[in-house]
Amino acid sequence: MWEIIKTALPQLIAAGLKYTIPIALISFAIGLVIALITALIRISTRGGFFKLIKLIFRFYVWLFRSTPLLVQLFIVYFGLPYLKISGLAPNGIKLDPLTAGIITFSLNTGAYCSETIRAAILSIPNGQWEAAYSLGMTKVKALRRIILPQALRVSVPPLANSFISLVKDTSLAASITIVEMFEVSQQIAAENYQPLVMYCLVALLYAVACTILSWLQGYLEKVTSRYVVAGH
Amino acid sequence: MLKVEKLSKSFNGHQVLKDLTVDFPEHQTTVILGPSGSGKSTLLRSLNLLERPEAGKYYFDQQIFDFAKGISSKDTLAIRRQTEMVFQGYNLFPHLTVLKNIMEGPIQVLGSKKAAAEVLARQLLAKVSLADKADAYPNQLSGGQAQRVAIARSLAMQPKYILLDEPTSALDPELELEVLKVLLQLSEEKKSLVIVTHNLAFASKAADKIVFIENGQVLFDDSKQAFFAAEQQPRIKDFISAMTFAKL
Repeated sequence: MWEIIKTALPQLIAAGLKYTIPIALISFAIGLVIALITALIRISTRGGFFKLIKLIFRFYVWLFRSTPLLVQLFIVYFGLPYLKISGLAPNGIKLDPLTAGIITFSLNTGAYCSETIRAAILSIPNGQWEAAYSLGMTKVKALRRIILPQALRVSVPPLANSFISLVKDTSLAASITIVEMFEVSQQIAAENYQPLVMYCLVALLYAVACTILSWLQGYLEKVTSRYVVAGH
Repeated sequence: MLKVEKLSKSFNGHQVLKDLTVDFPEHQTTVILGPSGSGKSTLLRSLNLLERPEAGKYYFDQQIFDFAKGISSKDTLAIRRQTEMVFQGYNLFPHLTVLKNIMEGPIQVLGSKKAAAEVLARQLLAKVSLADKADAYPNQLSGGQAQRVAIARSLAMQPKYILLDEPTSALDPELELEVLKVLLQLSEEKKSLVIVTHNLAFASKAADKIVFIENGQVLFDDSKQAFFAAEQQPRIKDFISAMTFAKL
């Protein structure tokens, strides 16, 4: 068995470093930007035309939270080539697997994280906004200097949750022909007829990655909570 | 000069301010008294434009604003720079140290240089006897200390008016005393203060002018001497009697 592990492990780690980790990192970074924009638009109280934009973003969050990620990957990778828009994309939208994966993962995690960030912003007491306004700050400045730094602290644990989920969900990318870690484990298992060992091994690798992320979360929580003194 | 004229404000159909007219002279301490729910906090918050009355005029120095027509964001920011609010719940920024709380406004809003803002912040901390707390975070402070930091934060903006909304209501008497001493000092320095309070002892000592509000209307607006001698007005007599527990 050690022989099997010794030959498979380097290939799995290589696939993890080449695909799993970059896909997770890039998708989460883009997802966070989408999430912040979505959260800010959704908490805005502006009326008129802006209401339509709010509705669109609400629809986006609903769509990505209400459908399975696997199905979303299939639609973007296998389905969009059949979406023919005259003028814009007459031959359908054909994306390479990696792009399709990153787009889908970003939009999916962005939808979930936007709710986290929205809730974190709303959890900051109104008095903080009022104190900032009373100093003469604009809304943008109050948000940037006073509200978001506090909301960040609140949102670290749930955002870390989303990131850990995302790392594991990247295994679904195997279904759209990306040779990430899980796909490699399947390929090796098909050759050496050792599915139990191979899938346990790849599970272990995901667990190691997520454990490291949990430590990172602990560190981030500590850094962002410096101002919260124990006992209060 | 700060003055509001014929101010009207409703919350969910309940009229909190009714055609209320009152002025707040510069370099004086105006104390606003009145029972809970009388509209005094709403009035104070309207002065800082944290509330927007539906109707009424707002006079600030030479400028006149009409609430019915709305006040532009530019004018709002300008007015807020000149009027600083001190809240009952302090509302210090918990993620910033005491020193940074005080420096935040001057740097972010007035565009002060960091070094200058820090010098000013340390001076103000010394003034409220909290020089040793510069590097503490707000949740390490007692309520009395937190409120004194909030007062220092408002002073750092060098506003024309400081508006204090029941600044000592959340404090026990000893901590309240710490804060009142600071306020009394500011009053003696002829800062322009508007204070909503339930503390009659403080009002009788610091106020230049007392405004008594009930049901969104001004019932009394005169000097403190006249207020405490208001024998001819039974409502005020009753209020003073209740506030001093005379009939307990």
